[in-house]
Amino acid sequence: MKAGSTASAFVAVLRRDLVVFWRHRSDALNPLVFALIVVTMFPLSLGPESQRLAPIAGGVTFVTVVLASLLSLDALFRSDAEDGSLDLLVTSGQPLALIAAARLLAHWLGTGLPLTLAGPLFATLLGLPYAAAATLAGALALGTPLLSLIGGACAALTVGLRRSGILLALLVLPLTLPVLIFGAGAVEAAASGATVQVPLLFLAAGLALALPLAPLACAAAIRLNVS
Amino acid sequence: MPEDADLDLPLIAARALAYSRGDETIFGPLDFAVRPGETLVLEGANGAGKTTLIRVLAGLMPPSAGTIEWRGEPIDTLEPDPGRIAMLGHQLGLKADLTPRENLRFRIALGGIRGGITAAAALKSVGLEGYEDTTVRTLSAGQRKRTALAALLMTPTWVWLLDEPYANLDREGQVLVDRMLEAHALRGGATILTSHGLVHPSIARVATRALGVPA
Repeated sequence: MKAGSTASAFVAVLRRDLVVFWRHRSDALNPLVFALIVVTMFPLSLGPESQRLAPIAGGVTFVTVVLASLLSLDALFRSDAEDGSLDLLVTSGQPLALIAAARLLAHWLGTGLPLTLAGPLFATLLGLPYAAAATLAGALALGTPLLSLIGGACAALTVGLRRSGILLALLVLPLTLPVLIFGAGAVEAAASGATVQVPLLFLAAGLALALPLAPLACAAAIRLNVS
Repeated sequence: MPEDADLDLPLIAARALAYSRGDETIFGPLDFAVRPGETLVLEGANGAGKTTLIRVLAGLMPPSAGTIEWRGEPIDTLEPDPGRIAMLGHQLGLKADLTPRENLRFRIALGGIRGGITAAAALKSVGLEGYEDTTVRTLSAGQRKRTALAALLMTPTWVWLLDEPYANLDREGQVLVDRMLEAHALRGGATILTSHGLVHPSIARVATRALGVPA
């Protein structure tokens, strides 16, 4: 791989982000701990009876994952904007959409993947049947990359604002509703014995659409924000 | 850098280049051309638009009027190329959680490296020997600047755009910048920089250009 080539730039951004992530790995646990705390609130507020918790376990877990994935979004491009790395990436002459894609992939590996692995565990704590937990794992595997892609595009839009906290959430949450509807729908269908294929296919279609479009949207938003 | 440098054709040129934010003119219209081996110093009071001009030339901001030409052709009609411009601004583009060596490795992967230099040699020549594996967060402002200069030293780009390259540096560091500018000019590269201090007179073919604060 030639230094300065597009492939080498993609790998370099990915590796840089993962190294920075690793140096702050205690921070990286925060979304998981957050999700665990939110999930714990339901038995505390609704009572520990599994006939009450089991029907909502899938939906609760999915909402929790959506909220937890919001936490690290604000820092996604902001840290690069603050230290001048974003200027460097824009002036590097490398395709910015691909650079953004590497950034989003690193974000998913750091946030979405742990949540995908932990989500079914949290849901079984609430009494979700094991068969439905397998569907939840599948829905999260398709849904969390989608959350990173949608969230990343919104984070790129707000990177020029000094403080974007609540605005970013207001921007991202409505856009993640389809992910929530089809993800929780798949788990619901699995729990009631219906076919889970349709909602999962809708998630896969959404992912196929967002995979090429979100990095392009990120690139356009970043260009707007550095100028 | 390719060998086919045409010494008469400007590497980068501004044609009636202007930038305004709303009704307020930040700079321009400006005309200038920088040929291989030339160094252009932008002078002007605070607020004269020097930093904005550097950012416009780097392609970070679209000019409000006029064009930037690269070897005689409008730069926005050309394919992006990592080998054209390297910018060093107030924000150095270093990751505070990485070491100088890791930052340099990232720059090489992103923009390539000039022949005949290594990251270790670049760090040594800016005086950061012994600091290669300390995170940038723990370095002083001057040492960070030196790290950014080491990154600049390695780039295989023709034109350097430097915003206040002497800032935060001790006397020795300022001499280092002068030496780098001189060597870059000798290689056939060109530099556009802003400075409040003086550029060392030993650098050949230095031109200055004053930017007035628009009324």
